Amino acid sequence: MHLEFTVIENDFVNAGSASSSIKKTLKQLAVNPSIIKRVVVALYEAEVNAIAHAYGGVITADIDADKIIMKVIDKGPGIPDIEWAMQEGNSTASPEVRDMGFGAGMGLPNIKKNVDRLNVSSTVGVGTTVEMEVNLG
Amino acid sequence: MKVKELVEKLGLKILSGESGLERDIDGCYISDLLSDVMGNADAGNIWITLQTHKNVMAVASLKELSCIILVKNLGANEDTLKQSDEEEIPILQTSMTTYEIAGRVYNLLNN
Repeated sequence: MHLEFTVIENDFVNAGSASSSIKKTLKQLAVNPSIIKRVVVALYEAEVNAIAHAYGGVITADIDADKIIMKVIDKGPGIPDIEWAMQEGNSTASPEVRDMGFGAGMGLPNIKKNVDRLNVSSTVGVGTTVEMEVNLG
Repeated sequence: MKVKELVEKLGLKILSGESGLERDIDGCYISDLLSDVMGNADAGNIWITLQTHKNVMAVASLKELSCIILVKNLGANEDTLKQSDEEEIPILQTSMTTYEIAGRVYNLLNN
């Protein structure tokens, strides 16, 4: 099964809609609730990251019997130092975003904790792709 | 304990999500950082916060929390209240500070 969602820059009102939709799909597929929880946490964080930091992008999810592969592909600005961004507490979020309770530097670490495989690739000026895979079985 | 009993015992005001008052409560989590709640709250938790924007409801729904308590008489905007009604997750309000309400919730859930 292939699902696709559009992410719009600064569209915080709709943050979580892709995660919510995938949660419903996985429930319908009778996936173990503790696995659904992990997928939802990881995808929500990636979704918020794309909304808060990127100039929009797309989220795709491919679900088969064994696993779900989610990709958040944004249109930039890109991450200059991925290693720095992966460390808990580090964030480049704006003061406005921080006031909303985001931008505490917990997003990427939260993703890492909840997925079985994570790959973050980024080119400054081009964009970032976050690939997350969770085993369903 | 049901959300309804929590409302009665602590004198909370129901702002929205009335149809969720029969939800069962299982513990409580307190944070104003949404990623912290996403990462660490459990299903059934009460969430005490001062954040009032719509993303609070997205987090509450994704984490299947039982209700939200807004402190210091803070209100939520239309969007947030509407989503609370749709998701059937009540938003409750208290005049107390986080410290005061947390103490009362703690006593209530542990006695």
